[in-house]
Amino acid sequence: MSQSRGPSWFNRLSIFVVMLFLYLPIFILVVFSFNKSKLVTVWGGFSTQWYGAALSNAALLDGARVSFVVAAVSATIATALGLPAALVMVRIRRFRGRQVFMGLLAAPMVMPEVVLGVSMLLMFVALGVDRGPLTITLAHATFTMCFAAVVLQSRLAELDPSLEEAARDLGCPPATAFLKVALPNILPALASAWLLSFTLSLDDLVISSFTTGPGASTLPMKIYSQIKFGVTPEINAVSTMILGVVALGLLAAAWSTRGSEAALRGH
Amino acid sequence: MVTPKTMGQNQRLLIIPPFLWLGVMFLLPTLLVLAIALSSTRVGMPPYEPLFTWDGAMLSIKLNFENLQFVFRDGLYAHAYLNSLKVAAIATLLTLLIAYPLAYGISCCKHPWRSLLVFLVIVPFWSSLLIRVYAWMAILSNDGLLNSLLLASGLIDRPLQILNTQTAVYIGIVYSYLPFMVLPLYSNLADRDQSLLEAARDLGCSRLSSFWRITFPLSLSGIVAGCALVFIPVVGEFVVPDLLGGADTQMIGRTIWVEFFNNRDWPVAASVTVLLVLLLVIPITLLQSRLSKMRV
Repeated sequence: MSQSRGPSWFNRLSIFVVMLFLYLPIFILVVFSFNKSKLVTVWGGFSTQWYGAALSNAALLDGARVSFVVAAVSATIATALGLPAALVMVRIRRFRGRQVFMGLLAAPMVMPEVVLGVSMLLMFVALGVDRGPLTITLAHATFTMCFAAVVLQSRLAELDPSLEEAARDLGCPPATAFLKVALPNILPALASAWLLSFTLSLDDLVISSFTTGPGASTLPMKIYSQIKFGVTPEINAVSTMILGVVALGLLAAAWSTRGSEAALRGH
Repeated sequence: MVTPKTMGQNQRLLIIPPFLWLGVMFLLPTLLVLAIALSSTRVGMPPYEPLFTWDGAMLSIKLNFENLQFVFRDGLYAHAYLNSLKVAAIATLLTLLIAYPLAYGISCCKHPWRSLLVFLVIVPFWSSLLIRVYAWMAILSNDGLLNSLLLASGLIDRPLQILNTQTAVYIGIVYSYLPFMVLPLYSNLADRDQSLLEAARDLGCSRLSSFWRITFPLSLSGIVAGCALVFIPVVGEFVVPDLLGGADTQMIGRTIWVEFFNNRDWPVAASVTVLLVLLLVIPITLLQSRLSKMRV
């Protein structure tokens, strides 16, 4: 809807102040990752030494490797499960248990992470599953599939159903009609759903900590155990690299959806 | 030619994989937490007694309400619960106070700007919570940036203790959960009916009073959704109180963590978790009803 008048000075001021609040801490973190001094508040000149230190830190690298594998696999599972869930929610308006299914799909998104972590850990123990990267992956797929479903739902809802109907009327079986007509149209949404799941998994500390076993630590778990002892420029460098990866992923997602509308409406 | 009915029948089967997955990975574990909350602690792995035992002829069920009672009676847990609720309530209110002017401001912007600004609000949500909280540790600590600036400007002569206090927890929560509040508010405010506001202006209503009498009451559903989206996860928040809070900011998410990893008392931790979920049932139901009204 078009607005009759533009933003007032108060609107501009509130946007400016809150954006500053959102971005200044991240900006400071990035700037101080290039600090020569070991002190995190005193500027001692430009240096990239902390990146070197971070990249030769075996514990962090190992955590990064675990995190990337877990994130890639769990995001793939999440997208594969989120798509049928979103299809059912969008295309079948009324069925028995719709409310229950909707609740099941929404609950993991709002449930505190501690609750999800504790309950999944207890289940893995009860079932006698060995805990490690596999259990982290299963746990991550569970909560990220709900976010994936939301992203896909908003795109599927916009899709013109008459296209698929036309294909079916011309003798195309429903599954083929979906694959040939609908799927190409929702590819960008699938990409954003995958990327969102990937990032959420990459960032998670709490659920990973509960569902992992001895020996398998993700990158956030390694970072957490280091920052418990305070702020170090090395962690600033690691954080900046993670932010860089996320920013690249976001740009890719924004580019593939051309505008961020689909991802936005997800939340 | 496929009739709509058979289409529906086939598509209905699609629900099975996600439904089974959520059943096994979400519903089953939730029930299991309840079961373990009712079992007793023992030394070993798993560190709790089985609830059901089958001795060949008889099934015996041993329920133990002591853990739940213990959690209820022990002042420490009650304190953590109340403090979590208090922190979550105040932080939600603060987030609303900061998010509303922003969401309103964005909704007043012209089109290309709107999407860009909403995008900018979401970007931090995609980056790690841990990193964002860490960024504040460097700013708020005693020898941190904020204290250095204040000392240099001569406003204070001793560093302010902000890190490891409740204040730092509020800052961290507002910062981390802002997008959850802005988005439902924005989507509500962006859809507001301009003709109502025009009518009010034509009838001589000032800008401010038309905001309070029309825009604000109509945005209540966005406010409720945003508040629930912030309040629910914050009650169980672990990272922010753990890294920014101090000894006096005991929150329930942290209590569960400590019971699990430090005290290894799983039944007590499960009991605390069960009571946390019970606390959240009302806000979650509220959110569900809002969301089902908002979405299509």
